[in-house]
Amino acid sequence: MKTLRFSRKDLGIPYILFLIIFVVLPLLVLFYYAFTNGQGQPTLSNLTGFFTDPNTLGTLCYSFAIAFVTTCVCLLLAYPTAYVLAQSELKEKSVLVMLFVMPMWINFSLRITALKEILTLIEGNLAMHPFLNAVVGMTYDFLPFMILPIYTTLSRLDRSLIEAAQDLGAGDFAAFWHITLPLSVPGIVSGVSMVFLPAMTNYVVLDMLYNSTYIMGSLIGSYFASYNWHGGSMIALILLAIICVFTLLTRGMEEEDAQAVGGALL
Amino acid sequence: MKKILGNLFLVLVLVFMYAPILILTVYSFTSATNIGAIRGFSIRNYVTLFTTPELRDMILGTVLLALGSAALATVLGTMGAIGAFYSSKARSSMITTLNQIPVVNADVVTGFSICILLVVVLGVSKDTFIPLVAGHVTLCSPFVFLSVMPRLKQMDPSIYEAALDLGATPAAALKSVILPQLQGGIVSGFALAVTLSLDDYFVATYTKPATFDTISTYVVNATKGSQTTIKTALWALSAVIFLVVVLIVAASNLQGMKMAPERRKA
Repeated sequence: MKTLRFSRKDLGIPYILFLIIFVVLPLLVLFYYAFTNGQGQPTLSNLTGFFTDPNTLGTLCYSFAIAFVTTCVCLLLAYPTAYVLAQSELKEKSVLVMLFVMPMWINFSLRITALKEILTLIEGNLAMHPFLNAVVGMTYDFLPFMILPIYTTLSRLDRSLIEAAQDLGAGDFAAFWHITLPLSVPGIVSGVSMVFLPAMTNYVVLDMLYNSTYIMGSLIGSYFASYNWHGGSMIALILLAIICVFTLLTRGMEEEDAQAVGGALL
Repeated sequence: MKKILGNLFLVLVLVFMYAPILILTVYSFTSATNIGAIRGFSIRNYVTLFTTPELRDMILGTVLLALGSAALATVLGTMGAIGAFYSSKARSSMITTLNQIPVVNADVVTGFSICILLVVVLGVSKDTFIPLVAGHVTLCSPFVFLSVMPRLKQMDPSIYEAALDLGATPAAALKSVILPQLQGGIVSGFALAVTLSLDDYFVATYTKPATFDTISTYVVNATKGSQTTIKTALWALSAVIFLVVVLIVAASNLQGMKMAPERRKA
């Protein structure tokens, strides 16, 4: 019996090796490059350089601002959408839900191209409203990723709790505020984590909308273009630190299988 | 009244999500080079799309890359999930944690770190496609892992034991007892892997050979260029991809409906 279990366990070995080579090693190399200079000597100048240069600090703040506003706009659009969808008693509800998720599967660069053409028609010169366009573009790109986890949580919600609250005299709003909203927090957290970080890093959306403003991702892009591996690694590490803090803060609060839901739906 | 308001909101969100791509689809059938200009019907964009070798190679390359790396990711991720499921608790949680890194990490960081390790440190030429495929497999396999894992947890362990008691070798039992029960998770993991690879820009841009383009990298570069025939041919590509996604979603929905009664019987 023992040998049989052993053989199933061993199936994981190639994947463990794969993760070590392509996930752990690259991160170690990032560390090495971030704390060395072009001559291979250890240095902190990449780190101190980032936090003393007003340009890079400005970029960090600007990224946070864009990510924050994008996340709020997505949430304000996605929550009511998910709520109405979850409440709906339509027979073809699954088709309707599918409509809100489907854009996920259309190549993002083509969707942003489409958005660019429409925005150009409305605004004329896109370079005039960089912040607005960045938020519109990111919202357009990421909205389905906010709708899906919130909808999943809301549609699993135990309706009897709301009925109980109403029986006990709670109005519609009170029932929503004290029951529905707190219980949908896992979905909100999942959605926020799927929108906030990409909004700090997905600089192609900005590039495609003729945006000359920089977010954190653009810094990696420009260091990459100038073969400055050390500077780029430091930005990547700073992003990793932000991601770590974010993950620790939201730990255990997320909708468990929301990450896999996109595929499961297909 | 509430219902009408709710449905109105859904319609508005749908308009935001679909108007750009639908308008672009309409314009792809005209000879216009800008949205807003009214021109006559033409299928010139579609002729360009399917006859320009550069465009054809780019589309074919993207699809081959997606299918190839998704297949590799599916094998690795499935084996990893099975291995992790039957491993000791400590090892299993180590694999799950490592698996989570590429999921929460920003694609820019994943792509950049793999490029540094393989191209800068180990000197692997990008022209070998090894960095690109490695990057895409790294991007996709964690999601396969995540979609196979829940199926393993739902599985009835006694069937496997029964197969062994009836004289099946562990390998035969794995093939004819465990794998069939994981089928749903493996298929949706593969589908998710394909869409992730098709949609990726960042990993590709940091690891691809200079002469090779995926749809995303091609489209992003094309928006910066000024070639209008290419630009409008890409409108046609959006329309085609939109149609393909609609057909796949419709087909999988129909199949889901057909399969639902069977599942109820079981």
